[in-house]
Amino acid sequence: MLKNRPYLLIHLVKDLRLEWRSKDAINSMLFFSLLVVVLFSLAFDPTAAISRQIAGGILCVATLFASVTALNQAWTRELRNQVLDAQRMAPAPPASLFLAKVIANFLFVTVVQIILAPLFAIFYNLHPVGQGWLLALVVPLGTWALVVNGTFFAALSVRARNRELLLPLLLFPIFIPALLGMVEASTSILVGDAEPRLWIQLLAGYDVIFTTVGLLLFGTVLDAE
Amino acid sequence: MKILRWVWLALTLGLLGYAFHQGMYVAPTEATMGDIQRIFYYHFPSAMLTFLFFFISFVASIVYLASRRNNPQRALSADAAALAGAEMGVIFCTVVLIQGPLWARPVWGIWWTWDARLTTTLLLWLIYTSYLLLRRFAAGPQMQTLAAVLAIFGYLDVPIVYFSTRWWRTQHPAPVIGGDANSGLDPAMWPAVLWNLAAWLAWGIMIAGWRYSIERRRQIAEQHAALHALEASLEVTL
Repeated sequence: MLKNRPYLLIHLVKDLRLEWRSKDAINSMLFFSLLVVVLFSLAFDPTAAISRQIAGGILCVATLFASVTALNQAWTRELRNQVLDAQRMAPAPPASLFLAKVIANFLFVTVVQIILAPLFAIFYNLHPVGQGWLLALVVPLGTWALVVNGTFFAALSVRARNRELLLPLLLFPIFIPALLGMVEASTSILVGDAEPRLWIQLLAGYDVIFTTVGLLLFGTVLDAE
Repeated sequence: MKILRWVWLALTLGLLGYAFHQGMYVAPTEATMGDIQRIFYYHFPSAMLTFLFFFISFVASIVYLASRRNNPQRALSADAAALAGAEMGVIFCTVVLIQGPLWARPVWGIWWTWDARLTTTLLLWLIYTSYLLLRRFAAGPQMQTLAAVLAIFGYLDVPIVYFSTRWWRTQHPAPVIGGDANSGLDPAMWPAVLWNLAAWLAWGIMIAGWRYSIERRRQIAEQHAALHALEASLEVTL
């Protein structure tokens, strides 16, 4: 009777409803990344040509920093009232809990990016020279890479001392190849001088590998005693 | 068993001395770079041993995860091996990262460049340092599980890092050993490479072995302490 419930959907709806009521994650990410964009713009004062080259990197780093602030909250929220222990005892497979969290956070980060993109284009005077529509492929792929690893490592560090500090320490080194792929792909799209194909393949491969490993090992992390 | 350690120590020191002699005096001076090339006899073995010890840590982490439920004793020793392997790998990796700039400064004219292998090595160092940090920050038996999971993630990241940075840029000399037809080492240089590899392998095994036995003793002491605490609490309630 409990075997075939749509657990993934239940988890996802719960996470979305929580966010809809509090709007903590999206608001904090939005404001944080806006700050990063403004700070970088003031610090480097780029011209149009330079800003086109560095914009991809700044967007990625802004997303990275912003999502770390939200991902830390994603699991600490579950610690209150022993919700996480209840999740462990629930008949739902741990992978569905993980995947729902990843999808929810992916949606939050994407919303932030969609709101931020016009602001970003205005502040940095951007108009892509290459195939702009490819950004709609690169950015979600990179965001997925970030969110899947970030959600996993947030769960991993949630019971450690200084968990807020530990998440970026674990996430950033593992995320670097995906960051490189995302930055190189989006820069070559914005500047229009190189072919982003190879980097998109790298991102896709990275996503497949780490989503698989994350799904396989999440149960181990959740039940770690 | 204790005598074996002293024999191993003596053997290691002898090997290190002989390898030093081979690398510094017996091997011919390189034609274009001169004596600075001799750092290769340390650089190459350190890089190889970095990969070897990280691989040991990866395998030990898998053994830990596989046996932590049904064979706790084996799991604990696998955990100690994973820790010893990771620490030893970080040491060799640090050595590689220090030797590289020492060589690059006179030969390339710069200390550092964001080249594929340099970046890969640095990222490897960062990943395994974060592993050691996790082992400090997370406490208790759950830390071992989490660390093992992270070790697997980190090891899987290495090939991706390598390929991504190789597409990015390349400046490091092409593989001298196992490279293309023109590359290759002068036959007179081989003994120095192999002796140094053997010597540093012996040294690495020795230090990692000590680290392993220290970690095992710490685990056993921890178990005793937990048992004593449990017994004490039972006496109070009775």
